Amino acid sequence: MLKRTPIKNHVQEIQLISQRCIIMLVGMVFLVLLLTLRLGYLQLSKHALYNTLSNKNSLDLIPIEPTRGLIYDRNGVLLAENIPVFSLDVIPFEVDNYPKALAEIAKIIPLTDTDIAQFQKQLKQHRRFDEIPLKLRLSEAEVAKFAENTYRFPGFLVKARLIRHYPFDASLSHTLGYVGRINIDELADIDATNYSATNYIGKLGIEKYYEDELHGTVGYEQVENDASGEPVRILNQIVPIPGKNLYLTLDSKLQFVAEQALEGMRGAVVIIQPKTGEILAMVSQPSYDPNLFVSGISNQDFEALQNSPNRPLYNRALRGLYPLASTIKPYIAIEGLDSGVITPSFSLFDPGWYQLKNSDHLFHDWRHHGHGTVNLLKAIVSSCDTYFYDLAAKLGIQRIDHILSEFGFGELSGIDVDEELPGVISSPEWKRTTKGVPWYLGDTIISGIGQGYMQATPLQLAVAVATLANQGQHFTPHLLLKEQEPGKAAVSQSPILINKVELTNNNYWNIVISAMQSVITSPNGTGYLHFGHPAYSVAAKTGTAQVYTKQRNETDEDVNAQSRLPEKLRDHSLFIAFAPAENPQIAIAVVVENSKLAPGVARKIMDFYLLQELKLTPTPNNLTSVSKNSEKNTDGLHAVS
Amino acid sequence: MLLVDGIKNKFKKREMGTQYRTFLQCIHIDLPLLIGILLLIGLGLFILYSASNQNPKVVEQQILHTGIAFFVMFAFAQIPPTSYQRWAPWVYIVIMGLLLAVLIMGHIGKGAQRWLNIGIFRLQPSEIMKLSIPMLLAWHFHNIHLPLKSKTILFSGIIIFIPALFTAKQPDLGTAILLVVAGSSTLLLAGLSWWFIGVIITLAGLGTPILWYLMHDYQRQRVLTFLNPERDPLGSGYHIIQSKIAIGSGGLFGKGWLNGTQSHLHFLPEHSTDFIFAACGEEFGFIGSIILIILFMFIVLRGLYITINAQDTFTRLLAGSLTLTFFVSFFVNMGMVTGILPVVGIPLPLISYGGSSMLTLMASFGILMSIQTHRKLLTT
Repeated sequence: MLKRTPIKNHVQEIQLISQRCIIMLVGMVFLVLLLTLRLGYLQLSKHALYNTLSNKNSLDLIPIEPTRGLIYDRNGVLLAENIPVFSLDVIPFEVDNYPKALAEIAKIIPLTDTDIAQFQKQLKQHRRFDEIPLKLRLSEAEVAKFAENTYRFPGFLVKARLIRHYPFDASLSHTLGYVGRINIDELADIDATNYSATNYIGKLGIEKYYEDELHGTVGYEQVENDASGEPVRILNQIVPIPGKNLYLTLDSKLQFVAEQALEGMRGAVVIIQPKTGEILAMVSQPSYDPNLFVSGISNQDFEALQNSPNRPLYNRALRGLYPLASTIKPYIAIEGLDSGVITPSFSLFDPGWYQLKNSDHLFHDWRHHGHGTVNLLKAIVSSCDTYFYDLAAKLGIQRIDHILSEFGFGELSGIDVDEELPGVISSPEWKRTTKGVPWYLGDTIISGIGQGYMQATPLQLAVAVATLANQGQHFTPHLLLKEQEPGKAAVSQSPILINKVELTNNNYWNIVISAMQSVITSPNGTGYLHFGHPAYSVAAKTGTAQVYTKQRNETDEDVNAQSRLPEKLRDHSLFIAFAPAENPQIAIAVVVENSKLAPGVARKIMDFYLLQELKLTPTPNNLTSVSKNSEKNTDGLHAVS
Repeated sequence: MLLVDGIKNKFKKREMGTQYRTFLQCIHIDLPLLIGILLLIGLGLFILYSASNQNPKVVEQQILHTGIAFFVMFAFAQIPPTSYQRWAPWVYIVIMGLLLAVLIMGHIGKGAQRWLNIGIFRLQPSEIMKLSIPMLLAWHFHNIHLPLKSKTILFSGIIIFIPALFTAKQPDLGTAILLVVAGSSTLLLAGLSWWFIGVIITLAGLGTPILWYLMHDYQRQRVLTFLNPERDPLGSGYHIIQSKIAIGSGGLFGKGWLNGTQSHLHFLPEHSTDFIFAACGEEFGFIGSIILIILFMFIVLRGLYITINAQDTFTRLLAGSLTLTFFVSFFVNMGMVTGILPVVGIPLPLISYGGSSMLTLMASFGILMSIQTHRKLLTT
């Protein structure tokens, strides 16, 4: 090789290449210095910044959801629990093309339109890096199928989570309420920190009212994440504090009996333990399955519930407003006695109507030809309207309103759920402000039989009759018996006395109560036929709330008048009672819409509670007082007012 | 020159005197180069073990690559430079044919295709081209009179750019760049005149829009992201931002081996391949990075030493070009990882996980060793 090139050239070339090598070396050293400067800049002068960024990258404080407290009945029967379910979750941030991804995943895990609609709704309400459940309650087969295909669906994951479950389905939904996903409005109100891991919140009933107790305190986990947000290891942990377990005053057995008694009807039952105000059962029929709401109810299901003519979503026990009707009469009687307007022996003649002086307007008794001579006892037993028209006129609206509010009408009962309505006690001021018309004496008179503008909820009816049973001790009705912090003993709630209805003579209580006992035992009693003859002493009062105002020419004597009306226009039947009359253990209010069946419903419930739960031995005097009078029985058939 | 020769001869005399030098001379191994390579590969395995999330399989695989690569280096070192010189044109033609074959097969397969599957292993012609181009150019320049004439430069341009374009088309921008670097470094060493270099730079400046037009979309994205990584912090800017965070968070001493959070937690993309330097910077800090650079520079200096001591134009140009290509590949990699150069897929030589580039690299070290150890000892 060397032979082919002249020596001169060779030397020259060597010199050239060596020279270039040195230039290159200088260049390389310069570049390496540049690189070193760059490294120095990143690692030395900007180290603090990048170190912070690095820590932020990898360290994350992950909130841990506390386990929601359980709900039991008074005997420890589990009413609301948390069950583990697998859900298919989506992290929106990691999904590029929704329609495609959803279509693909639907091939593996069937998705309903509702699932997708629900998900789209959630998508708008959540941050892009939140996990949003697409489908709850995956079957094991679906979980397995997804596990095989996980790699195909970035951003999708199967998560095991605890979900609220109500084992008795529709049974207690009106009382327990339900939990549902936190919505935007609720988000504004809750403690964002404590709820940072929580997806569900009490929406209604006990679940809502005791949300703070049930929820618990959020825990934290300091984790190191990789770039895809997957936790790699836990550095630090603050264990969440589970919510408190609640024991309700409800007696689930009694509740189920009450529900069964009301089966197929529209109505409500509220049962209170008079001496404490504890609610033993609270039923509104028809009902709905709260579990539907937990996982997000489909529009279809919701519309079906919403549009059902029987209005299952409507909580009749707390929100149903019914005229007090004749159930008002014991309270009016008490006020009459207490104020001295009447005495137990005072009597008047009932021709079938009541007429004010200087007026030709007749206030009709429910019994067209009247009750004849009527004293207080008879007025209550056969529910004489004329007697109470007269008493109301004598008392005046102010005293009527006073005694009604003493018994808890017209205001919230203070029960520990939020949904209740206060009802209405009509007064001249109330009429002027809400109706814009003045109060007439006639308004006072019909108030005496619980018609007119007065409205009460079944809960209020029950509270009032419990107060009566208690001889004036008015306790706040409540559902919470005791609450139990995890790992601690349960703390009982003590009954809260609202007020005491003081009478000038305590004997007045006995007069009214014994009259109410006769409602059941006397053949003339309005409850005689429909309630029947129990083996325990009952004090009761029936009531019939008009839905449709009778025409003048229609008579109540017409047995078929009601059944000719369309069902929804038929009268509601009301029934209030407590038993045993001498030592009340249970106070009950029953309202059955467009039906006469309230006393029968109450009977079934009371029989169960008194005879099966309390195992009362039948009292002989009760049994003997039952006489059979077929003629009176036909009378009693429509003897409900 | 006399001074250089003097030093050289003095050195040779001293080396000749020792026993082991003779042995290594016999098996054609250059000890300083070998030490530099062993140190880098050893360090690289440590970094890789950590960067791969302590995946022993990755390390085992890399050790296997290294073993094969050492064998290739040893084999290449045995071939005398004269053989390379003789075969240079034929090698180029064959590799060019393979490159074309890859391109055509890639067309048929409708996707990126860089290698030919020849039963037992994958042959990546563009990698071999890194050796073939400087070899062919050195062969050519050896046969003509330097300095270069315009005709020769044009011819060289064709020799460089045709395979580079084919490679870029695969698409493998990183290797294409290194092909251009390998070729043009040969030209530079061969005395490409400075005014010509000026003209090329000017033309390159004017040609940028054309290049932009020719680029793949993802390549354009990379350039845009390089200019402003914050433009798309979770998209294409993600790599470089995370890489800077990894390096910056290392500080002076680093987080310690196996303690890098960025690389272990997958924030750092390609943490065992192209971005392994970031994992190193995170765990070993500024000091570790500088040590790594010093080791690289040691090999570069040894390469330049071999270049200067080479005895003819062919070996000098070849050795110089291989050394420069080695420098450029580690500098570009570190530059892109630290964010001073755009992200082009060039792995960190000897450290990054992967067999293909390691083989070519070790082959080039083999050639350097061959050049160094096959010198005809001149009597002085």
